Amino acid sequence: MKKRPFEGIKVLDFTMFGVGPFTVNYLAFYGAEVIKVESHARPDGCRTITPYKDNKPGLERSFYFAFSNPAKKYDITLNLNHPKGVELAKRLVAWADVVAESYVGQTMERWGLGYDELKKIKPDIIMFRTCMHGQTGPMARHPGYGNILTSLSGYNCIVGWPDRPPCGFQARAFTDFVAPLFGIVSLIAALDYRRRTGKGQCLDLSQHEAGMHPLAPLILDYTVNQREPSTSGNRLAYAAPHGVYRCRGDDRWCAIAVFTDEEWESFCKVIGDSAWAKDPKFATLLGRKQNEDELDRLVEEWTSKRSPEEVMSLMQPAGVAAGVVANAKDQAEDPQLKHYHSFHELDHPEMGRMSFYHGPGFRMSKTDYELAPPPLLGEYNDYVFTKILGIPDEEFVQLMEEEVIY
Amino acid sequence: MSVEQKAEGMLSPYRVLDLTNERGFLCAKLLGDLGADVIKIEKPGGDPARSIGPFYHDMPDPEKSLYWFAFNTSKRGITLDIETVDGREIFKRLVSSADIVIESFDPGYMDNLGLGYPVLSQVNPRVIMTSITGFGQEGPYRDYKAADLVVWALSGILYLYGDLDRAPLAPSFPLAYFFDALQAAIGTMVALYHRENTGEGQYVDASAQLALVWPTEPEPQGLWEQDRIILKRSGRSWLRAQSGVLIPVIYPCQDGSITFFPFLGPTRVKANIAMGEWMESEGISTTFKEIDYSTLDWQNLRQDFIDEWTGDFARFFMTHTKKELLEGAAKRDIILYPVFTPKDMLEFPQLTARGYWVEVEHPELSASVTYPGAFLKTTGPPCRIWRRAPIIGEHNVEVYVNELGLSPEELMTLKQSRVI
Repeated sequence: MKKRPFEGIKVLDFTMFGVGPFTVNYLAFYGAEVIKVESHARPDGCRTITPYKDNKPGLERSFYFAFSNPAKKYDITLNLNHPKGVELAKRLVAWADVVAESYVGQTMERWGLGYDELKKIKPDIIMFRTCMHGQTGPMARHPGYGNILTSLSGYNCIVGWPDRPPCGFQARAFTDFVAPLFGIVSLIAALDYRRRTGKGQCLDLSQHEAGMHPLAPLILDYTVNQREPSTSGNRLAYAAPHGVYRCRGDDRWCAIAVFTDEEWESFCKVIGDSAWAKDPKFATLLGRKQNEDELDRLVEEWTSKRSPEEVMSLMQPAGVAAGVVANAKDQAEDPQLKHYHSFHELDHPEMGRMSFYHGPGFRMSKTDYELAPPPLLGEYNDYVFTKILGIPDEEFVQLMEEEVIY
Repeated sequence: MSVEQKAEGMLSPYRVLDLTNERGFLCAKLLGDLGADVIKIEKPGGDPARSIGPFYHDMPDPEKSLYWFAFNTSKRGITLDIETVDGREIFKRLVSSADIVIESFDPGYMDNLGLGYPVLSQVNPRVIMTSITGFGQEGPYRDYKAADLVVWALSGILYLYGDLDRAPLAPSFPLAYFFDALQAAIGTMVALYHRENTGEGQYVDASAQLALVWPTEPEPQGLWEQDRIILKRSGRSWLRAQSGVLIPVIYPCQDGSITFFPFLGPTRVKANIAMGEWMESEGISTTFKEIDYSTLDWQNLRQDFIDEWTGDFARFFMTHTKKELLEGAAKRDIILYPVFTPKDMLEFPQLTARGYWVEVEHPELSASVTYPGAFLKTTGPPCRIWRRAPIIGEHNVEVYVNELGLSPEELMTLKQSRVI
């Protein structure tokens, strides 16, 4: 079998919740060896996020934890609040190429595991640190969650109807899915740099700073033009119709987006010879924008007699952008997502088979990724401490009794 | 920028040819900010995406698109019409000394020009080619029209947001392709690492739909698979689908909205108590005192309890501004964030303290513009905006004459025939 890209790279992973594990996953998908450090005193907080499998609470039952860790990770339980725990962590640092952590800023320093200490143990270590606000500045030590970081990053102010306060991304941790993408690129770049130069470094990824980057044009609109963004429902300034239209069925919808004259003509052909479609006031984009309320009502009159699948399958072959507003069932059955094997089924010892697992958002012609069931808490204590660190069995047992390996 | 300066970046040895439109700009921007030598290739006359607003001082002009500025930093710019025979030949010469080619045309476009991966890999077996499209290069939707809103819809993310009494709601600023471009950047980096191991380049196929299923999180799919529950949008509240309870998350305050979520769990007990004390100290009586946070569990909360509890918050927040609430919360270790607009971001002390905002000179506008700066801080070679986005054909002479070895006369010929 061909060597996978990150085979031979060793990662000591102290990260928890979303961003950190999401980042480390990509190294594991492509062959890196990962030790995930937790403890019974402080398991990955994601393990206690609901929903649980079959609604039964348990550290091995959280959908979110499972979803966030679908990769081969040697999970250990190491108590860092015990001096011997820190000593063992340092021995693992000597083993590692990358140390990843996602505690609130400067937490690792409290255990004597800051970058300066790690460097003494391993001069070319790459330390990847990510938290809400970064390692420096007045908010560095302020805890937070992606669930509402969407507010500071500007995402919540751009989802809404003009006549209502913003809806935002509710309580979903949207930035948890933006920041790690920057983190993974940076971490691989750092690995490549180390391979070429032999030099390590400490990466400080503020989830706030990276997370807001895609909104840069809105930020420049403010810094240059002093304009604040506004919400426009599903409309877009330079397209019409551009919206989400009700279809036949219970809470069924189809998105339609018409930009060019050509697309408008095709759209009119698809909906047949409706008198309104020939109305000159809709013939131009400016006309459609001026009469957009009426246009949207008429479009919806047409879509509401059809299923979203029917609307999409009539529009797309005619060259009009239209798509089913997919709910969970649609996602599961979507032929394109099936083609790309978007959902992976993994068999977990406690949760059984579930299919909400994902690999990367791309496919490579010569390199495959590999998923693995999420690790159980402390599943690899024996392997990591006795095999990797070579601790004799008696000492291993004693460390457990002393609640160092705990 | 001089070659010496460029040598400081993590990715400085690598050259990237960036053929993307607005769907892919962000991909090579990341690589450029990390130090790669990115050459943005535009059509003669300029990339059509230069017509995307907003514009500098609201003046629509291909050299004043803030959208272009934002996502093409750290790139040099040349013009080239790859639809001409000469253009294709020159492109292949560029490919022979490039490490990475990134494109975001419709599937099949590059193949039809004779510039697909099979051809480019013959020109340069080490080259990595990355394609950014709505649905990918294969499958039944391959040729579907992939407007941002439509990709957002088909991925399953659109359905999850908005008010239940109206249509599901997409962001007013389209976001779908950023996920695609960022995933493409990851794939490109994995391929680069693989190449350094093996010497072989490869093809990376990034799909916006695929990239966007992941941020729908496990809940919709898991609840469907397990309970046949369809998770729906829930306005400004967090919906616990299994019990049906709604916990408000976004609240109005005096001058906008804030997000507050009374996070539970042992580490948050102190902050929740502090929140109650803060409210009490300002005369807002709460039911807080009777709550034992250490045992509270979202699974078992009833809606009438939640309504009474969060109703107290709602009253309290209306007595303050965003800024007062942020400062008061930070002091008490409470996790409360105002719904920031760009103005709030610029005034946020944390970002200023970290030097996040950078001034980028735009000599052609006789001005400097404030940008969000590095997405990463590091003790290693810096991640930064190395140069402002290129003006049209800015580096034609530098790239074609100085580096590729065309003569000035050849360049003139190609310019007049609108190849360059």
